[in-house]
Amino acid sequence: MDKTEMLELYKQMVVIRLFEEKCEELYQKGKIGGFMHLYIGQEATGVGAVSARRPQDNVITGYRDHGIAIACGMTARAAMAEMLGKATGCCKGKGGSMHLADKNLRYWGGHAIVGAQIALAAGLAWADKYRGSDAVTLCFFGDGATNIGYFHEALNWAAVYKLPVVFICENNKYGMWTPIEKVSAVTALRQKACAYNIPSDVADGMDLLDVRSKTEVAIAHCRAGNGPYFLEVLTYRYRGHSMGDQRPYRTQEEIKKWQAEDPIGKFEDVMLKAGIPPAEIDKVDEEAKAIVLDAVQFAEQSPFPDNEEIWTDIYAED
Amino acid sequence: MAVLTIARAIATALAEEMERDPTVVVLGEEVAAAGGTYGATQGLYDRFGKERVIDTPISEGMIVAAAVGASMNGLRPVAEIMGINFAFLAMDMIINHAAKMRSMFGGQFSCPLVIRTTSGGGRQLAATHSQTFEHLFAHFPGLKVVAPSNAADAKGLLKSAIRSDDPVLFVEQATMYSERSEVPDDREFLLPLGKSDVKREGRHVTVVAYSKMVGLSLRAAAKLAEEGIECQVIDLRSLRPLDLEPVYESFKQTNRCVVVEESYRTYGVGAEVAARLYEDCFDYVDAPIQRVAQKEVPLPYAANLERYALPSVDDIIRAVKETLK
Amino acid sequence: MAEVVPMPKLGFDMTTGTLVRKLKQTGESVAKGEIIAEIETDKATVEVEAYVGGVIKGWVVEEGMSVPVGSPMLVIAEPGEAVDIEALTGKKATGATPTPAGRTATAFAPASTPTPAAAATATTPTGRVLASPVARKIATDAGVDLRQIAGTGPNGRIVKRDVEAFLKAGAPAVPQPVAAPVAAAPAPVPPAAPAVVAVPEDKVIPLTRLRSIIARRMAESTSTIPAIYLTLEVDMAAALALRQQVNAVLPEERKTSVNDFIIKAAALALRQFPNLNASFGGDKIIQKGHVNIGNAVAVPSGLLTVVVRDADVKSVAQIAAEMKAMVARAREGKVQPSDIEGSTFTVSNLGMYGIEHFTAIINLPEVAILAVGAAREVPVVKDGQLVPGVRMKMTCTADHRVTDGAEVAQFLRAVKGFLEEPLRLLV
Repeated sequence: MDKTEMLELYKQMVVIRLFEEKCEELYQKGKIGGFMHLYIGQEATGVGAVSARRPQDNVITGYRDHGIAIACGMTARAAMAEMLGKATGCCKGKGGSMHLADKNLRYWGGHAIVGAQIALAAGLAWADKYRGSDAVTLCFFGDGATNIGYFHEALNWAAVYKLPVVFICENNKYGMWTPIEKVSAVTALRQKACAYNIPSDVADGMDLLDVRSKTEVAIAHCRAGNGPYFLEVLTYRYRGHSMGDQRPYRTQEEIKKWQAEDPIGKFEDVMLKAGIPPAEIDKVDEEAKAIVLDAVQFAEQSPFPDNEEIWTDIYAED
Repeated sequence: MAVLTIARAIATALAEEMERDPTVVVLGEEVAAAGGTYGATQGLYDRFGKERVIDTPISEGMIVAAAVGASMNGLRPVAEIMGINFAFLAMDMIINHAAKMRSMFGGQFSCPLVIRTTSGGGRQLAATHSQTFEHLFAHFPGLKVVAPSNAADAKGLLKSAIRSDDPVLFVEQATMYSERSEVPDDREFLLPLGKSDVKREGRHVTVVAYSKMVGLSLRAAAKLAEEGIECQVIDLRSLRPLDLEPVYESFKQTNRCVVVEESYRTYGVGAEVAARLYEDCFDYVDAPIQRVAQKEVPLPYAANLERYALPSVDDIIRAVKETLK
Repeated sequence: MAEVVPMPKLGFDMTTGTLVRKLKQTGESVAKGEIIAEIETDKATVEVEAYVGGVIKGWVVEEGMSVPVGSPMLVIAEPGEAVDIEALTGKKATGATPTPAGRTATAFAPASTPTPAAAATATTPTGRVLASPVARKIATDAGVDLRQIAGTGPNGRIVKRDVEAFLKAGAPAVPQPVAAPVAAAPAPVPPAAPAVVAVPEDKVIPLTRLRSIIARRMAESTSTIPAIYLTLEVDMAAALALRQQVNAVLPEERKTSVNDFIIKAAALALRQFPNLNASFGGDKIIQKGHVNIGNAVAVPSGLLTVVVRDADVKSVAQIAAEMKAMVARAREGKVQPSDIEGSTFTVSNLGMYGIEHFTAIINLPEVAILAVGAAREVPVVKDGQLVPGVRMKMTCTADHRVTDGAEVAQFLRAVKGFLEEPLRLLV
């Protein structure tokens, strides 16, 4: 990986981190409503995996979607405006935090019904395969989603029809407030892929390069027409399941232990070792700050959607 | 014009649209090699091959999910859910996803897909396999719900459904597949979605029905005509969008209305039509609007019990006369 | 300071006023200039504003009461102020009449003039007339008070057909015998009467709904139909003799009238002349399949046409029984829609008043009407001899657009033929 790309991926992670910290603040100020699930701690997973895709490849995820959206190329402006429910948001203020999407980026959205995106991914991949495209679909979901019917139906389906889907399980250890070992018969979640004869691997979610290289392998497998691939990424969410979750179910020691492995700090070390001067990294930090502040300002100044906008986009003719 | 069964009319519509548009694909349980449980996809597999006519696992949620995902990404899938009873297993995909994909993402995505399914009782399949609940789907904006009452309508409406850029639930009545009628050969024979159709003219009572209940209503109307009672029978054809203009027009003359549905009356189509008439045509009401529907029990197995529970021609005649008291 | 508000003087010549409506109730606060009541004077109904603000402590006049100008009407005072209404006004406060918001006493009053409570109208316990919405709408549009109409729907609900029948019944096509005496003043006018004689003032009687419909329909009939009038005399001796014979063997409730024979004779003749049992449709003539004979019946509120259906196939006795029942219902104001709907030809008989001959106005959309005079004993010339005879004159008014004189003449001859050989009416 060259230095420019390193700085670019680092910048994406910092933008995501600062963006979400800002979201936390705006949520507390009442400017963001609804459910909001933060990605802080998991940045290397989204950025690392998405960086391995080609433009024709699809990305789809669940409701913890801010990081993936930005990794796919969504501007902080479009994302923040959507967070604030503004007409300039990526979904015109109709989707909100859990439903960021941009079709032009082949980023097919955050989908807030647990596991639904796993099933939809199979459909997206089928269309590409039917057309003879070599596009691959990257499908992100949490550990909690591996217990739902969609997961099993979709893995079976994708395997039966040899669909090019990389199933990326972001195992952040908790399904809402419940540790995965309490609700899943197996804790090495990639074991579930074995039942459907889908090859799998595991990546360190705090290590961007590991996630990226293993995703590259997965994508190559799929693009070659070998059917789906399952990648389990071990990661950790620093914040609660959603805003308002005080995390009583886990200890400060546990959080601190993971924060010591912070994916951004870790990648900074990689860049320094690669000979990137600290001043350049500082410069990127400043750029990221500016991007997020600009996004907030843009979003704050944008108009709310017109009430009559409610009648649009229900049907094709609307 | 050829005289076709409803099953044949559907297969014809599918074949014509598949020929016309290579993005049209068919998937479902037993739709390929077997030609469909009711023969409605007969011949498609031989003609269009395994890439376009796909036998699926018994996996209703995934059948619809595959159709939704593929439709977002450029295909026009026609998914078959063998019986509407199993659509409950795909309810999340239909209601939470297909119906909302366009609006929730600000108009970026569309789901041009058709879910064909079979509704209704009358075959001694007992409670879980005899249900009629397409109106549940019609509750949700973003979906279109269509239910033809004869072979010609089945062809014209299905072709329009396939060409529609919105998700359409296309509901066929399970006991009607072998009913025959004249069907236009025209490959551009398209009936608009969301338009009701007057199936019989009459000035005394407006009878509103859809799907199988249209036939029952027409039989009731014929008998009533012998007594000098003329019914205007209106086939809704589509539960969403719901076109009540022809109903209003008729009701303003008849001042009386009977709504016939195969499902339960509680929260049903009759409830909706009656409420709209009371809202929009209050000054034309001359008698309480009558609803003919299935008795409110899980449909039993025994033939006599099933017959007793389902709406009949006599029920419709009684209801019409009730409005004339 | 408590203020006694009197019946205001709203014109130089106003002496009394009627409190039509209180717009503020006891206990309600009122601002200066706010409308508190509607007062009816001889000339108009006027809204009255409060000239002081405060709280209404009590009304001493009931709605509907007339009181002299200046007499106390209500008391307005400061909130919380103790007021002795009787001491202030010399009157007791009227019973509190709390009126629910938006439902003032007059809001549900009938839209039109008061009417005879002839029809047995079904009402709810709260007095609301049971009527379907469309019936209510048609009645409102036509200015008809629903309480005039008897409902035939479930629970006596007034339904559309009842209102339509009621409106249709208001369009009889024959002269109005009960109205005739009003104008009957053939006596020579006395020579210029001295001015001192007390002459009753002109009286203005607004048209009832029924009367205005009669007016409109009569005018429409005479102004649109080019009518011809043909009169023929009938020898009624045989018919009267036969009727006597028949009645001798019939119980009281089935005894026949001369008119029942005429209905039957007309009905049989119409079968031979379908052009007269028809209606005119602009570019077509619609000959009716049924022969339904309408019969003008005077009722207290006007005139109704009761209908003997298929009179051509009914026996005279049956016609008699039906007519008796329908006439009785009509006079009690309890006609059923079927009593008055669907006539295809009308008979009007003023024989009971001794009228010798008259012409009638066609009952739209029919084509002809038969006006029947009294059967009178007259001297007739028979075989060169003057002998007593019984003769009756009947006059047919017919629409010349549909029929011609010769056809009407033949029709009259056919009626005459049946009546002069009345056994043909019984077989």
